[in-house]
Amino acid sequence: MFGVAVAFAPAFVASGYALNAITMTLYAALLAQSWNILAGFGGQFSFGHAVFFGTGAYAMAVLQVKFGWNAWAALAAALAFGAAVGAFVGLLTFRYGLRGSYFALVTLAFAEVFRILANTFPFTGAGVGLMVPLRASAFDLQPASRAGYLYFILVFVLASLLISLWLKHSRYGAWLQAVRDNEESAAALGVDAFRVKLQAIVVSSTLMAAGGAFYVQYLHYIDPHLAYGPGVSVEALLGAIVGGLGTVWGPLLGAGVLHVLGEATRGLVGDAPGVNLVAYGIVLILIVTFMPHGIIGLLRRRPPTKLAHA
Amino acid sequence: MLELSILFPSVLNGLTTGAVYALIALGLTLIYGVLHIINFAHGAALMIALYGVYFLHQALGLDPYVSLPIMVPAMFAVGYVLQRLVIGASSHGKDENILLVTLGIAIVLENLALYWFKSDTRTIDTPYTLATVDILGALISAPKVVALFGALGTAAILLLIIGRTDLGRAIRAIAKEPLGARLVGIDVDHVYAMSFGIGLACLGAAACFLLPAYYVNPTVGNGFVLIAFTVVVLGGMGSFAGALVGGLLIGVVESVGGLWLGESLGQIGIFLIFIAVLLFRPQGLFGSRV
Repeated sequence: MFGVAVAFAPAFVASGYALNAITMTLYAALLAQSWNILAGFGGQFSFGHAVFFGTGAYAMAVLQVKFGWNAWAALAAALAFGAAVGAFVGLLTFRYGLRGSYFALVTLAFAEVFRILANTFPFTGAGVGLMVPLRASAFDLQPASRAGYLYFILVFVLASLLISLWLKHSRYGAWLQAVRDNEESAAALGVDAFRVKLQAIVVSSTLMAAGGAFYVQYLHYIDPHLAYGPGVSVEALLGAIVGGLGTVWGPLLGAGVLHVLGEATRGLVGDAPGVNLVAYGIVLILIVTFMPHGIIGLLRRRPPTKLAHA
Repeated sequence: MLELSILFPSVLNGLTTGAVYALIALGLTLIYGVLHIINFAHGAALMIALYGVYFLHQALGLDPYVSLPIMVPAMFAVGYVLQRLVIGASSHGKDENILLVTLGIAIVLENLALYWFKSDTRTIDTPYTLATVDILGALISAPKVVALFGALGTAAILLLIIGRTDLGRAIRAIAKEPLGARLVGIDVDHVYAMSFGIGLACLGAAACFLLPAYYVNPTVGNGFVLIAFTVVVLGGMGSFAGALVGGLLIGVVESVGGLWLGESLGQIGIFLIFIAVLLFRPQGLFGSRV
């Protein structure tokens, strides 16, 4: 239903500004959904989700610009690279049983390592970054109209929503949430916690890489700070936490609320750098302190799920 | 192989940088050891302290070293209030919440600084900024040598506070057994806030030692925060000796690694150590607790 509503939006919304706003909100929602799958359903709080985003973005840009790949092939490769980096990080961290704060720190460090690498090697354009030339054809995955980009990102957001719905209702999802709530008990009942977490991080990182690939196609530019800097990691976790961790619709709702909030702060204080982020930071603190179940938690009488105690 | 004449100054330089890392990490490790939280706002708090030193110098003409008795209590107060009013209220007994709230504080501080002070990188000019000390033929920046001794002095004071005072005894009791400490009448929330305050007071001292040879901008803390985490993890979470040794070690690794790999890649060594230690020896080199 949501998908149908958004899909028809271009027919009713004529202004480029509104379409851009919807597209960017969907983009933020995709990042938040990706983070939510690992943290909300799996209980693993990543502070370096940019490592997957940046890998998707760079795969998309480098393969097109330096190797002359077609954009659709590059997109497939970007998703594969995202999944591979997710599997790599997951294998290392979960194999050695890192949890909680330690997991957050290691993901942050991985993002930093990738940022420095991207900043150093010439084939990523080093510190200057990479420009993806404007082609404006569906064959090059650069739709001629803004509506085309909206469909592009909508496909991935729908996919992430379906995955979240599936996590809510499937056996695998039950395993994942059991591991989140109490890993020892889940393991005692025969759940392979390592494998379940590994699968979750691969799904999450693939979606995050899709976000990176979209970013490159939409804005035609990427550099090490945009790709691997802390900004993207924070954006991903904010949407999920504000909306409601471990819920299907929370990240989407959170992304929408944050977009409106960001625009409102800009309108009130002016377009100075950092202003919207100050508002985001305050919202993050307030939500964690007073509404640990996010906005969704307010809408429901009872909290949707019991979050894991550390 | 590198000549000894290049390697020796590089190691000395690394030691002086490492001393400042150690000072920053001491605050972090104290907070971790007592409250069992990872303070993501540590870098942002260092940035605030650096701006404090900067503006004391610009507005009142205070020498950074003279600012020490102002900055240390000021940062202590900031830390006490933050823990008491913001972090303590948000935890609901969950580590994840504290991670997120300290991250939120970092975002707010960093972007307020960006809004107020713009992204300009600022430095101060002191008579001794460019002075050097000759150590066995190696020329080392004088403010960095001061920082080395300042860091060691601060660490000594910290050890005395933890080892010899009633507050220190309370801190150690809570680090071991928070519930038991509460039962014997220790005001746990107060001691938590004191620990957080002392942790940030270390940053006040670090800022005074750092600024004469360094700079400040809104994101300056980011560079330090991951390094401080590395130091703390390497030395063993909650271990003071570990933080000192870890800091010096990381300083040398960065400096010598930079010789081989260049400035940009030199930093990668730090993060690779960080990841490797977390994976293979999460208790660090010195596994003891406060």
